[in-house]
Amino acid sequence: MRRALALAAPPLLVVALLLGGWQWFVTVNDVRPQVLPSPLRVVEQGWEFRDVIWANTVPTLQVTAVGFAVSLVLGWALAILVDFSPWLRRALVPLLVASQTLPIIAIAPLLIIWFGFGLLPKVVVIALVTFFPIAIGLIEGFASTDREASNLLRSMGGGRWKEFRYVRLPGAMPYFFTALRIGITYAVTGAIFAEYVGARAGLGIFMNLQKNSFRTDLVLAAVVVTATISVVLFGLTYLVQRLVIPWHAKERRRA
Amino acid sequence: MREVRVEGLAKTYGTLPVLADVSLRAAPGDFISIIGPSGCGKSTLFNILAGLAAPDAGQVLVDGAPAEGRTFGYMPQKDLLFPWRTILDNAALGLEVAGMRRRAARDRARPLFEPFGLAGFERAHPFELSGGMRQRAALLRTVVQDREVLLLDEPFGALDSLTRTGMQEWLEGVRARFGWTVLLITHDIREAVFLSDRVVVLGPRPARVRRVVEIALPRPRTVEMVTCPGFAAAEAELLAALREPAVEPGLREPDPREPAQQEPELREPDGEVHAGPDRSGRP
Repeated sequence: MRRALALAAPPLLVVALLLGGWQWFVTVNDVRPQVLPSPLRVVEQGWEFRDVIWANTVPTLQVTAVGFAVSLVLGWALAILVDFSPWLRRALVPLLVASQTLPIIAIAPLLIIWFGFGLLPKVVVIALVTFFPIAIGLIEGFASTDREASNLLRSMGGGRWKEFRYVRLPGAMPYFFTALRIGITYAVTGAIFAEYVGARAGLGIFMNLQKNSFRTDLVLAAVVVTATISVVLFGLTYLVQRLVIPWHAKERRRA
Repeated sequence: MREVRVEGLAKTYGTLPVLADVSLRAAPGDFISIIGPSGCGKSTLFNILAGLAAPDAGQVLVDGAPAEGRTFGYMPQKDLLFPWRTILDNAALGLEVAGMRRRAARDRARPLFEPFGLAGFERAHPFELSGGMRQRAALLRTVVQDREVLLLDEPFGALDSLTRTGMQEWLEGVRARFGWTVLLITHDIREAVFLSDRVVVLGPRPARVRRVVEIALPRPRTVEMVTCPGFAAAEAELLAALREPAVEPGLREPDPREPAQQEPELREPDGEVHAGPDRSGRP
């Protein structure tokens, strides 16, 4: 607990200073709220519209969850396939990289044309931006296995599957959690972006609408909510990691 | 326990011949060390015996019949204890891989913790153990698989010399107690003499057997024996065999006494090997 506090204190202090400076700047120069609302106004208006914001947060969370789940399934399936087949590795890894060169900003509106305003286009966008770090993290994690460890398993009479199960899979878990953290931060922004392009509800479309009516304060309030979600999800990955690979933290502390 | 014979093993990787002709014989309870220059193919020999590589020629026979997969228990140079497993689960790994249930595998491994000096560390993780303990845990993992012959690839190579001496004494005792048959790769001549019934000297790559030296010292071996004349003579013989110049393939072994600079005078009475030029002028 004390450690967590010590970790959180410096960034919180910086944020407080920045907000203070911002508040001071807006007050002194009497900036119009449509251009730049003060932090206090953002909080005040955000609280005022909390029902609407919450109603738009829930769909965003749902989209993020579904999209990221799809991405996890895809990433794992792909990484395992590639790990078992050198041919598939050669065939698929370049395509994986190529998938990351797609300009999502141009593709997202097309996805709406193809798949409508429902869940699907958003899931596709989230999967596109997040499955890459997960798949690559896992592929490298599996491949980082010590050759001699593989030999040891074979000398014990284990085939490729047992090697995977007893060595490659557990050894890749630290890589996976690093990849998971990268992926999950992309997931929320991916969801917001997908909604921004077109949706019935969600923080993304909410921001778009508020921007069009010059409610800069409400846009920023939604930004604060988005950032909070990302940080919480990011923190959750550490919790899950602690539960799934408790040995990792202990080993690191030793080293 | 049965007799294991290795006959005429040869192996070429690409265009690089690694093993030319290696034969060994291990009766039940034998302790055989294999020494040779670095990169001479000792590890390749073990890989073939452990079933990780197929030989181009030669065969491995157990009581006259070709060996099947479960003859050799292999302990690699690195301990390769997995950080995600406790020591007990690491020790039981080979049994689990062979299809035994985890609980049964643990029950098989557990009684060995006491003779291996690991009692109380069943639930520890590898990073909580000292180097010597990790090697003992790795050996336990090998032994519990109940193979005919243990293949130990420089098990003590990474340990400091005091720990290493302790481990050698411990291995001598525990081997006698359990009656293992052991093939040991080592770079340490003294270790080979201290532990072995026979030491097989391999020549430089492509490896063939240069000499087999019987170590006639009584058992159990003790640290005091290191200074006795028989011990020193064996060390000298091994050193001389190791330092023979390479022979052309096809030629037979030259007279080991031939090269003058390999006389055993280079040895100190305490058994240390000095081959530096500063010693060459000594009377």
